[in-house]
Amino acid sequence: MKLLSKRNGYFLIAFLATLFFYTRDGDITTSVYATGTAFALPLALAAMVGIMCERTGIVNIGIEGTMLLSAFVAFFVSSLTQNIMIGLFAAILTGSIMGLLLALMAVSWRMDQIIAGTILNILATGLTSFLYVQGKTIPNVFQAIEVPGLSKIPFFGPVLFIHGPLTFLGLAVILTLYVAIYHTPWGLRSRAVGEHPSSADTAGVSVARLRYINVTIAGAIGALAGAYLSLELVGSFERGFTAGKGFTALALMIFGRWNPLGALGAALFFGLAQAYANQLMIDQVVNIPSQFTAALPYIMTIVVLTISAGKVRPPAAEGQPYEKGQA
Amino acid sequence: MSDTKVVTESKSKPVKSFDVGSWLIPIIAVLVAMFIAAILIKLQGSNPITAYKSLFKTAFGSLEGIGLTLGKSTPLVLSGLAVAVGLRAGLFNIGAQGQLLSGALAAAWAGVTFDGLPGYIHIPIALIAGAFFGSIVAGISGFLKAYRGVHEVITTIMLNSIVMAIADYLASHQLREPDQFLTRTSEILPSAKMPIYSHLPLGFFIAVALALLIWWILGRTTSGFRIETVGRNRHAAWYAGISVKKTVISAMLISGAIAGLGGAVETLGITYRYAPAFNLGLGFDGITIALLGRVHPLGIIPGAILIGGMRAGAANMQFDSGVAPELVDLLMALILLLVTAPLITRFFKNNSNKSMTSGWGN
Amino acid sequence: MSALLEVNGITKRYPGVIANDNVSLTVNAGEVVALLGENGAGKSTLLKAVFGLIKPDSGEIKIGGTPIVFGDTAGVISRGVGMVHQHFQLVPVMTVAENLILGDEPKRGLFINQKSAREEIITLSKRYGLEVDPDAVIEDLPVGMQQRVEILKALRKDVKLLILDEPTAVLTPQEIDELIQVIRNLAKSGVGVVLITHKLHEVMAVADRVVVLRGGKLVGTTSPKETDEAGLAQMMVGRSVVLQVNRTEAKRGGVVLEVKGLEVRDDRKIMSVKGVDLTLHKGEILGVAGVEGNGQRELVEAICGMRHRETGNVLINGVATKDMAPHAVHEAGISHIPEDREKHGLVANYTIADNLVLNQFDQEPFAKGWIRNLGEVAKNADKLVEKFDIRTPSAFNTAGSLSGGNKQKVVVARELSEELPVLVAAQPTRGVDVGSIEFIHNQLISARDNGAGVLLVSAELDEILSLSDRIAVMSDGKIVAIVESKDADRNYIGRLMAGLKE
Repeated sequence: MKLLSKRNGYFLIAFLATLFFYTRDGDITTSVYATGTAFALPLALAAMVGIMCERTGIVNIGIEGTMLLSAFVAFFVSSLTQNIMIGLFAAILTGSIMGLLLALMAVSWRMDQIIAGTILNILATGLTSFLYVQGKTIPNVFQAIEVPGLSKIPFFGPVLFIHGPLTFLGLAVILTLYVAIYHTPWGLRSRAVGEHPSSADTAGVSVARLRYINVTIAGAIGALAGAYLSLELVGSFERGFTAGKGFTALALMIFGRWNPLGALGAALFFGLAQAYANQLMIDQVVNIPSQFTAALPYIMTIVVLTISAGKVRPPAAEGQPYEKGQA
Repeated sequence: MSDTKVVTESKSKPVKSFDVGSWLIPIIAVLVAMFIAAILIKLQGSNPITAYKSLFKTAFGSLEGIGLTLGKSTPLVLSGLAVAVGLRAGLFNIGAQGQLLSGALAAAWAGVTFDGLPGYIHIPIALIAGAFFGSIVAGISGFLKAYRGVHEVITTIMLNSIVMAIADYLASHQLREPDQFLTRTSEILPSAKMPIYSHLPLGFFIAVALALLIWWILGRTTSGFRIETVGRNRHAAWYAGISVKKTVISAMLISGAIAGLGGAVETLGITYRYAPAFNLGLGFDGITIALLGRVHPLGIIPGAILIGGMRAGAANMQFDSGVAPELVDLLMALILLLVTAPLITRFFKNNSNKSMTSGWGN
Repeated sequence: MSALLEVNGITKRYPGVIANDNVSLTVNAGEVVALLGENGAGKSTLLKAVFGLIKPDSGEIKIGGTPIVFGDTAGVISRGVGMVHQHFQLVPVMTVAENLILGDEPKRGLFINQKSAREEIITLSKRYGLEVDPDAVIEDLPVGMQQRVEILKALRKDVKLLILDEPTAVLTPQEIDELIQVIRNLAKSGVGVVLITHKLHEVMAVADRVVVLRGGKLVGTTSPKETDEAGLAQMMVGRSVVLQVNRTEAKRGGVVLEVKGLEVRDDRKIMSVKGVDLTLHKGEILGVAGVEGNGQRELVEAICGMRHRETGNVLINGVATKDMAPHAVHEAGISHIPEDREKHGLVANYTIADNLVLNQFDQEPFAKGWIRNLGEVAKNADKLVEKFDIRTPSAFNTAGSLSGGNKQKVVVARELSEELPVLVAAQPTRGVDVGSIEFIHNQLISARDNGAGVLLVSAELDEILSLSDRIAVMSDGKIVAIVESKDADRNYIGRLMAGLKE
């Protein structure tokens, strides 16, 4: 491990920037960081969907649609049953079905995966705008929990330890995924399938089955991201609710080099940038038109991709259907 | 294995086999989608038959209706064509929406700004302005793809949102109609309004002519051959001396110009001005239409008319049967799902094995 | 006691082809069976079925007397079958250890037990005398070492039956000898071995029994004691073949291609062509022999404008070519049959006619300005389809619908149709059936006789020996010797290929 690695460089910059802001105004910085973390979570979770799929060689550009439909189901089932737990489970079921559908198209039908993902997106847009009803409400949102003791730590407490249950669940998913990818047989097999599927095939690993499993679980994770938006962060649902987060997540995945922690870091950066932009608007420090702050994450996505393109190596078998015995 | 049939007939002419089966699939897809949607309508407590009857009667039952349908179809033909041209070059332009918006705004600006011109000059200028700006927006994605290897799916979709933000900003500031409560641009001058010949809009004929032109270019010209070759096997294209970078960029420029033209035609023929939330779905409808038409420049026309008809009849359908006009969005999604599964495999299967999704990095 | 492997009446159909037609095969413990046949005879298909990689349509496969479930690779592996595949089944970005444990990982709780994985690998490599570094990343290893990992992977479970699918394709003659020794030792210890190959002298050297497949059918069983190489060849092809190519003495003319001090990097930016000088004369075939991966591919690509040249010059008829684009090099006078015809040579879903003008589509007479002349394209296609014996119902069928040999004929037809001064042919008969090989060889010779200089790069030493007028041997990025083919000695060239000095 080099001391002057790029990753350590990022850490150092992040630390110095935080220190700088914190010494100028501790309270505001703390609240911006807490908001930034909340903004970052759905992006990070959505990036996990991408990582899980692409590590096994399936390109998933249907993350946006998975999140949108799940957020919708989470909200409307909660509203219908007046119980947000049921809404959450319905959403996760929905996300898994979306994942399964993608697996069906990409693995069994061997369709072009970009088109398969686009179908998920258009399907979600069509269903949500047709079934959408105005004026529905849910009984409550998932409330923030203060982790006893830890939440009292200055700065880190509010930023990391006062969040809703879905946030903690989401962070647990990310950390679990990280460990699983690099240290378990499942992770080794998944990476082998994404890099060189025939090697896995000839070693007795079923490529199709693993792809089905991973893409379906990924769909459930996407649903968690969607449900987080409608049941914890915002507490409502509108048409086009996810606003391109599923696509931004793909850029974060690439920037994070298909590594869960890398993508989490990139998501935090995005979340913080947005939280800061909002803070600047509230403070009226600068007079930026609202349209431009709204466009900021999209511009950042393109910039990030332009910088990282060509310098990263995606899983080699990405996007290619595999037929058993192709070796 | 190699001993296939020995050549018997050598003086072979290009056989344009009209494969009935492959054109049957889109039709079946449409019918099945309507059936599934009918069940959902029923579940919502409305009568699907009343809804469909109203939908199609409004759309195709009278000359006015057909005129309205063709008006709605015009931008759809163009956005479908834009997506199809991209796909031919192996590029998935899902940003027709943003290119269309910039074309619409540019046409609205040109329609207001150039005063004192006769229609036959003013309209072309406004159309060209729309095509130009659509082209620029798509060109950004083309450039990033060619020189930085950034996948066009991400950049085009991000540009959709960016263009929308910029267009809304301009429409609510510099280009805003003065002394009005609503944020929108002023109405275009009469000289820029596209004529309608006994209900039949000029724009539709422009769109069809363009589809014919693109069909000819792809099939008969060296530029078309370059685009098709890059789309099917860019390694072989490069090896054969075709500049992949240039072809990618020019395909995106053409695709964007067509989409931009679609926006311009909408502004000059239907809305006469630009307002935020300008026809949000048009660009995405183009994807469905392109795939429904088997990525064939002429194949997209019937698909566009069908969907245009649905859009034209949707409002009346809500009035008659209480079914939300968003039914059309749902139908589009179902059609896309049904039509792509068998079709795309046919069209893209032999595309040197990796059709479009060669990953993000390359 | 039942046989180790029993294959009874296996049939496997693919659209338009019967890959295996009612094939039966028996392998006993301690026996080496060679499965012989030309490309497309169905050898790989049969053994993939045995290994559970593909599902046959009918028939039965028994291992140790019990039938296997078709398509159950993991089940077959657990019953003591190991397979070394024709193309390495290794994940390039992973370590040797990761590759070896894949599919049956030693666990500690939910996690991989890295420590016991390493220990197991060290024990394994000691047991078979095949040393490897468990922590090395596959893509950094030389080909021979990768082959070693591949074999260890197959031997990891207590293997009773070992299947080797063309394991020698990328090895030097000396490495092949080592491999044959390993096979003999395994057989001595009671392992049954099935070896797929089309190299006759290997069969003669190692097999106890030879089973020959042709066109998906079993045509006979024999043993090295009962026959010789010519006899095997006849069984394989179904007619007596002339292993020698008929050609006259070369009429060598002036220099048409000169390569001076060329240095080229490979995809991983490692210098792989290290200062190559070559001169090619009009009217001769210069063969470049070498084990694959010694810089031949990069050499060809650099000559043909497909790869950046670090230093050095390439001169065509005395004129330096600096331009990097393949098309510019083509215009300067080089025809090129590319190594990867599916990637560079053809557009699979274009018609044969369009493929035949792929690099001339925008030139007269195939285009007039901006507009293509499809009539001329069709005329050209009819002419070339006939002249090059491309077997297709029509020139307007897609190139993708052709067999490997006919695809290659399309590329050869296009590249030879212009009669340029230099022809570079890279692995021109790879994956091509015997009939087409003969045809392509004759075309190369007639190109030479018509006055072209031909640079032939091939991993098949036999092809080099039978076609070349002069032979350049390439090893580790350098030309280590150039010999007249009449002075060429197989063993001598083999040693040079292996990097040995004399």
